[in-house]
Amino acid sequence: MSQASVSATSEITTALPRNFTTLVGVILMALLGLVPVFAVIFDDPFLLTLFTRIVIMAIAAVSLNLILGYGGLVSFGHAAYIGIGGYTIGILAFHGVHAAWIQWPLAIIISGIVATLIGLLSLRTKGIFFIMITLALAQLVYYLGNGAFAYGGDDGLNILKRSDFGGLIDLNHRPSFYYLCWALLAATIYFCHRVVNSRFGMVLQGAKSNDRRMATIGFPVHRYRLTAFVIAGMICGLAGVLTATFSNFISPAMMHWSRSGDLIVMVVLGGMGSLFGPLFGTVAFLLLEEILSSWTEFWKIVFGPILVLVVIFARGGIDGAILRGHTGKLMAGLGLFYIVYGIHLVYDRDWLVPAFIFAAPIGLLWLVLWWEKRRRGEAVTVGGGHE
Amino acid sequence: MSEPVLKVANLVKRFGGLTATDNLSLDLREGEIHAVIGPNGAGKTTMIGQLIGELRPDAGSIHFMGRDITSMPVHQRSALGIARSFQITSIFPNFTALDNVAFAVQAHDGHSFRFWADARKDQTLRLPAMAALQQVGLGHRADITASVLSHGEHRQLEIAMALATKPKLLLLDEPMAGMGPEDSARMVTMLQKLKGSVTILLIEHDMDAVFALADRITVLVYGHSIATGLPDDIRRNEQVRQAYLGDEAEAV
Repeated sequence: MSQASVSATSEITTALPRNFTTLVGVILMALLGLVPVFAVIFDDPFLLTLFTRIVIMAIAAVSLNLILGYGGLVSFGHAAYIGIGGYTIGILAFHGVHAAWIQWPLAIIISGIVATLIGLLSLRTKGIFFIMITLALAQLVYYLGNGAFAYGGDDGLNILKRSDFGGLIDLNHRPSFYYLCWALLAATIYFCHRVVNSRFGMVLQGAKSNDRRMATIGFPVHRYRLTAFVIAGMICGLAGVLTATFSNFISPAMMHWSRSGDLIVMVVLGGMGSLFGPLFGTVAFLLLEEILSSWTEFWKIVFGPILVLVVIFARGGIDGAILRGHTGKLMAGLGLFYIVYGIHLVYDRDWLVPAFIFAAPIGLLWLVLWWEKRRRGEAVTVGGGHE
Repeated sequence: MSEPVLKVANLVKRFGGLTATDNLSLDLREGEIHAVIGPNGAGKTTMIGQLIGELRPDAGSIHFMGRDITSMPVHQRSALGIARSFQITSIFPNFTALDNVAFAVQAHDGHSFRFWADARKDQTLRLPAMAALQQVGLGHRADITASVLSHGEHRQLEIAMALATKPKLLLLDEPMAGMGPEDSARMVTMLQKLKGSVTILLIEHDMDAVFALADRITVLVYGHSIATGLPDDIRRNEQVRQAYLGDEAEAV
């Protein structure tokens, strides 16, 4: 079998023009820009807190998508840069350096240096080995934070004073901080849009598609991948700065491996290798987390099946589903979810939660079996790998 | 006679107990089509692998235009002007045909640390790519996603990508593999047009194509060259007949 025919089956059949999801993405960005207004109207300050987190994580997810979605590099240690960005400003603040003009660029530069080191080691490997090495090196950084007793060890460290932009912008003013994050997210997405379509981006995408061929036509693939890896690390470092500034707190938990896993889930859920995919994914992930965890602390039992369903039925993630014209089904699913949630809120019936928890895996199993049967019956080749 | 474009001397490559390339020597003259034939397992693709730089020979040397390239990495050889088409189609399936060739053009247009301008609107990439596609007769399929092109078109695309790097030496590993007679004939016509403008090392099982195209032929058996010469000499060579051509030789 030639490589071409294998990949042909995993191709998303485009029902709508590619820029349709861009339109959806721009609308979503516009709505996100209105969040502080909604927060005032509904008199719900928590809304702003939640969405500040969403916007910051979206920056990290967009940066991961650059190497994961466009470069095919499954980095399982991306949260390490969130930690490095956060620890840089946390440690500087601890020592009395509050000027953002020093803190922020330094955090990004140190993230870049660490990404260079991790990239130099990990990019020598491929596939599962790459995943494992990035995971291992990120854990190394994690335990470094754990062992930094001067800076709180595994308890973390409070940041007593926020970064100071010298009167240009007051980060203690929550809407201002939100709009700063929002603008940085918009800038990151636009930056990625330019980069992936540039010559550099073509090399990155070509290497994902067929790296052996890239070498024979004359590309030193490794150094382009390393560059992308470093750029992604630096952007993620910025997300770390914002995270630490927002919560006034740093701890090794920021860079725990499960946080790296969450980032991958956000990108996959939203759609790998799509411009706005990571944004869709982050919004969906964190909203679901918020809502489900208000039901039960075992919210991942419900979240897991949802994720599996997305992987099976909506390949290409939310972005892919929008592209194939499944926007209606997405909205219906979302609607159903809110109806159940609404019943729960109105009647406050706690039995709904365990019922859902038990029903979800059984329902999932049934769906998988049904799907398998249908697939065999039609004898169509579905799923030719996820790369 | 000018210096050979490619000079392979006493090349040896072993895989465990198997000697895939056994003291092989070969000269390629400028502008010629030099066919390498031999039964399956004779070490033809292993030889290509060493010429392109994916395999490191155990002994011997490879000189390209007077320069020792024996231990040079793949992408540097490509920059010097050695291009290869793969025996098994190796393209970028989820990109258009034109994108595929534009990759090859871009690889030879300086470094690619350019992060801002849209590469798909860059005429210094798109125009030469289009020219190479037209050269192989794929101009009308430029905007088609490569994965949906036919097998014959994939083979043409392979050659277009190799040509787009403006090579001085083209290594063609069974370009007609799996092609129907019509596609094969078209490929022969195309290669005939290329003749003289680029030196070609052709590995091919289709004897009609080989004798129609080749200026000289080398016969490889068990990694060793048993004969090199003009097509007529090879046809008459008794040793070659026994080793390889067999009944087919009488038919030719």
